[in-house]
Amino acid sequence: MIDGSTDPAPQGPQHRPPARGVWQQFRRHKGAVAGAAVFALMALGVLLGAAVYGVDPQYLDYLSRNQGISLAHPMGTDNLGRDTLARVLAGGQISLAVGVAAMVLSLTLGTFVGVMAGFFRRLDGPLMRFTDLFLALPVLPLLLVGIMLFRDPLRAALGPEAGIFILIVAVIGLTSWMQTARLVRGEVLAVKEREFVIAARGVGAAPRYIILRHVLPNALSPITVAATLGIANAIITESALSFLGLGFPSDFPTWGRLLFDGVPFLEIAPARVLWPGLAISLTVLSVNYMGDGLRDALDPRVRRH
Amino acid sequence: MSRLRGLILTTTILVVFATAAYAQRGADGELRMLYWQAPSVLNPFLSGGTKDIHAAAFVIEPLARYDDNANMVPALAAEIPTVENGGVAADLKSVTWKLRKGVTWSDGTPFTAADVAFTAAYCMHPDGGCNAAPRFENVAAVEAVDDHTVRISFKVAMPFPYGPFVGSTCPVIQKKQFEGCLGAKAPECTAQNFGPIGTGAFKVKEFRPNDVVRYEMNERYRNPDQPAFASVLVKGGGDAVSAARAVLETGEFDYAWNLQVEPEILAAMEKAGKGKVVSAFGTLVERLIVQLTNPDPALGDKRSTYQDGKNPHPFLSDPAVRRALSLAIDRNILVEAGYGQAGRVTCNILPAPPAYASTANDWCKTQDVAAANKLLDEAGWVRGSDGIRARDGVRLSILYQTSTNSVRQGTQALIKQMWRQIGVETELKNISASVFFGSDPASPDTYQKFYADIQMYANQFNGTDPQAYMQGWLCKEIPGPDNQWIGNNMPRYCDAEYEKLAAELAKTAGIEKRAAIAKRLNDMLMDYGALIPLVHRGEVGAHALSLGGVRINAWDALQWNINEWHRRK
Amino acid sequence: MSRYVARRLLFAVPTLLVISFIVFALLDLAPSDPTAQLPLTIPPETRQAIRESLGLGQPFHIRYLKWLDQFLVNEPLNLLERMWGIEIGDSAGRLRVRSWATRAPVVDLIASRLPQTLTVVGISYIVAILIAVPVGVYSACRQYSIFDQAGTFVTMVGFSVPTFFTGTVLIVVFSVWLDWFPSIYDTTHRVTDLESLLVQVRQMVMPVMVLGLFNAAQLSRFTRSSVLENLNQDYVRTARAKGVAERGVILVHVLRNSLIPVVTVIALGLPTTFAGAIITEQIFRINGVGQLLIGAIEGGDIPTVQTVTFIFAVLIVAFNLVADVLYGVLDPRIRYD
Repeated sequence: MIDGSTDPAPQGPQHRPPARGVWQQFRRHKGAVAGAAVFALMALGVLLGAAVYGVDPQYLDYLSRNQGISLAHPMGTDNLGRDTLARVLAGGQISLAVGVAAMVLSLTLGTFVGVMAGFFRRLDGPLMRFTDLFLALPVLPLLLVGIMLFRDPLRAALGPEAGIFILIVAVIGLTSWMQTARLVRGEVLAVKEREFVIAARGVGAAPRYIILRHVLPNALSPITVAATLGIANAIITESALSFLGLGFPSDFPTWGRLLFDGVPFLEIAPARVLWPGLAISLTVLSVNYMGDGLRDALDPRVRRH
Repeated sequence: MSRLRGLILTTTILVVFATAAYAQRGADGELRMLYWQAPSVLNPFLSGGTKDIHAAAFVIEPLARYDDNANMVPALAAEIPTVENGGVAADLKSVTWKLRKGVTWSDGTPFTAADVAFTAAYCMHPDGGCNAAPRFENVAAVEAVDDHTVRISFKVAMPFPYGPFVGSTCPVIQKKQFEGCLGAKAPECTAQNFGPIGTGAFKVKEFRPNDVVRYEMNERYRNPDQPAFASVLVKGGGDAVSAARAVLETGEFDYAWNLQVEPEILAAMEKAGKGKVVSAFGTLVERLIVQLTNPDPALGDKRSTYQDGKNPHPFLSDPAVRRALSLAIDRNILVEAGYGQAGRVTCNILPAPPAYASTANDWCKTQDVAAANKLLDEAGWVRGSDGIRARDGVRLSILYQTSTNSVRQGTQALIKQMWRQIGVETELKNISASVFFGSDPASPDTYQKFYADIQMYANQFNGTDPQAYMQGWLCKEIPGPDNQWIGNNMPRYCDAEYEKLAAELAKTAGIEKRAAIAKRLNDMLMDYGALIPLVHRGEVGAHALSLGGVRINAWDALQWNINEWHRRK
Repeated sequence: MSRYVARRLLFAVPTLLVISFIVFALLDLAPSDPTAQLPLTIPPETRQAIRESLGLGQPFHIRYLKWLDQFLVNEPLNLLERMWGIEIGDSAGRLRVRSWATRAPVVDLIASRLPQTLTVVGISYIVAILIAVPVGVYSACRQYSIFDQAGTFVTMVGFSVPTFFTGTVLIVVFSVWLDWFPSIYDTTHRVTDLESLLVQVRQMVMPVMVLGLFNAAQLSRFTRSSVLENLNQDYVRTARAKGVAERGVILVHVLRNSLIPVVTVIALGLPTTFAGAIITEQIFRINGVGQLLIGAIEGGDIPTVQTVTFIFAVLIVAFNLVADVLYGVLDPRIRYD
């Protein structure tokens, strides 16, 4: 530990730090602040950038296809003459939204199942067998059935874009929560036998209170990692979905799809894969540092000064 | 690749020692081919597709095959039977094939007419699930007249009697080997299906389904100096782009099959100087199918079904709209962006053989946005504030579906923009090929159900005779709930005139007369606008510069002349 | 513990039956069609006849029971026969689970695919563990050092860049430009001597690198965070206060207690070494179980998908049980009874 020595007396692990304290801790974490700044910048960039830049990401300028970086096309063009910058900006809106929403869904579901299974012994068997079932289900046929049953009703009810957005988020979330669930359960199984939880039980605290106050904060570290990896996973999975015809219509750019479509052109137009790849990596890195900061800030034992 | 270098080295050594290398069987070492769709079974009658037919064509042969110019050439037959040489009966109800003499199977037993008759029995068995069964549709009997003569008699007069045993999709299998595999037992004969004994230039040495096939030369092949290659490796798996790379850039393989990728990728790889991209044209046409019935989900059971013309499409039933959609497309751009040398602009659904190709529809070869706009203006379709045309509250808004494939998605995007110029709005949809071309009656996304306004795919016909193909647009071929959505008439086109003409084709003999009728059928479909042809597609492959004898063939399997392939010196 | 294991094993049987039923129902419901890949020149009536010949005309429950009988009764009997060279009952008339695409027994197909999958995916997993755990532990002990920052960067980029991208980049660099490694994996290659071993190593380098990096990225993140978590626990302070050397603290106390999430992730990952790595197998044409599965799914080959998935499910249940047992070993406070 670099700086854990200034205050040798640890604060009681029984208490979750108050919200303000968390924020102060988070603010002191340089990496976390940088991560948050980059993430906010990217989110803002794709939201405002598309409007400022003003080029239609679907417009085909056929005569200037497969171009490199130029003034007219700052990130080059693809094989049909679409402007890559416009597509990266437009794609970012969808990819960030899908990534964050699917990650939140998968994390919530996984954490809930994991905590329930780990904390309540009676639920452990059924919930974990349920997790086994989901782990064993072949994802592709599941997706095909999902499209067949829900694409048209959702498209009719919410329009092509919102309907498909919900379908994609649901599909990714519902097929990626199992790892989180097993991780959280493992942590909870260990945490629940620690002294402070036993003590809390001893004084008759309600399970809900114990879970929220003691168990969850102490199981946070795998959750933050799962969150970071979850965003990357969701962005990449989305590209696989659109390849299967489940995702957004093919002329709708997303980062994952741009990367996927660009790979065959790797030797002709390397810029095409560079930008979306960079955007995904940057997002994941920034979320990772935010996660690190959050974890440190929420960890009741770490106090940085 | 040092392995390959070693191989080339050995080959050169062999060449040095062989006095007449070109005429020496097995002198050229190993031929390495890449099929990104791997062969899954070597019995073409139970096959999963073209890849399996190709893999079997190394080994087993038909009576006659097509060369790369669509001419029929004898393989196991001594000659092609015709009315002139007495092979085809004057009433067109039977055909007699004279078999080549002195041919033996690779196990040494003689090839006889009994093998041919057995093959027919094998494929015509109702429980066999034989996919060449349509070739035998009107066959009454196949009998061995003597050891080297086979007579096929038909139930009706057949103006084109070359269905059975012509082309690699319908080869002859050995009676001795497959005798116990009739009907329901067919799939259980794994050893036979994985290692058919044949008369061809090679025989199967090792087969790992969906991975690798190894062949070695057949010492009993009828031409004593062929094949030049001692062995063949067919490796499967992966994707088309990396297959092209392994031939054109790294030189690990000699041939890569079916390279449906954007032309600039192939052109860039070709610059490495190790290989060459080749293509050949058959009858494959990438086309748009126009939905003539109403696909509105609100119709429930009646959605996309033909109700004797009482369920017309809200706007595609207007001939002006169909014509305008076709006029607005610049097919040259589609070819350039998606196909390169593997595509040509076409205005026909029946583009070949040359005698059958109509020139009456060539107006579509040049894009004419102004004319398309004028047509729509005259028909009363008025542009709204968003630039999209409408009439009586009906907007020209199209749902355009196709299977997932990067070239197809590129074509979709291009056409969407072209249609935008004439005030038509398009929503694109792509569906996984295994679903789109599947026929699960419960699935809404099949090409038969056609729950969209426009759909795109490519189709062709076997061999050179278009009769069965043109009969696909008869009224009885319209898919619907009554026939479990089984049928070929995707646009739901129904025209009494067309029916009459198609019936006439079935009765007419003589190439010229048949061609004239087939052209008229094609022109009727084109005039009506039930289908909008886009690109006449070729087969495309890549071979190493050192590989000689390749004559890529769109009318038959690539392996039709595998006995002539050799290493260039 | 042994009572717990016995109960879990007993419970595994109905679980697996339920899983097999749900998977079968799912596959039946899915809109894939075994005749979808046939050329369009084959007319719809013939396709229907082919489907009938595959047994698709039979009702759902009959097909499911047939599969159960073929896979759970006939296949094990066949295996016994082959192992001991004896004949049990009517062995010729016993139906085996046959793939629709190849018409070959599925079990034989899997057996022919396992060697390449286990070598490539298995070795890449071992490589990943060997890299990830030390890197994770060291990163945590030197939190925010240059090593940690660099490790974080590399692993996060490694995870966020998909294997279809890294695989292609490696092929372009090492096969096309440098000509060091083959871009296509030869599954028929046999290792007999040193030279052939070298060929085998050369063809494995790129796929193992691609998969190893991807798995190591994820594993090292979990290791790092878990070690970090434990470094601040009271018992570590106690051990330090008692004068235990730092190395001992880390290796004996911290590592052991940090392994719970690592064990979880590895237990979830090991069954996938059987199922193969679909994308990596595709890129390098390794044609292992993953390629078999994806091909079968695309081709609507239900018997193959069902069988592979079922074996996969058995492995998942088994490895998760192993993980649960290991939790108890790693942290004796965890009790299940």
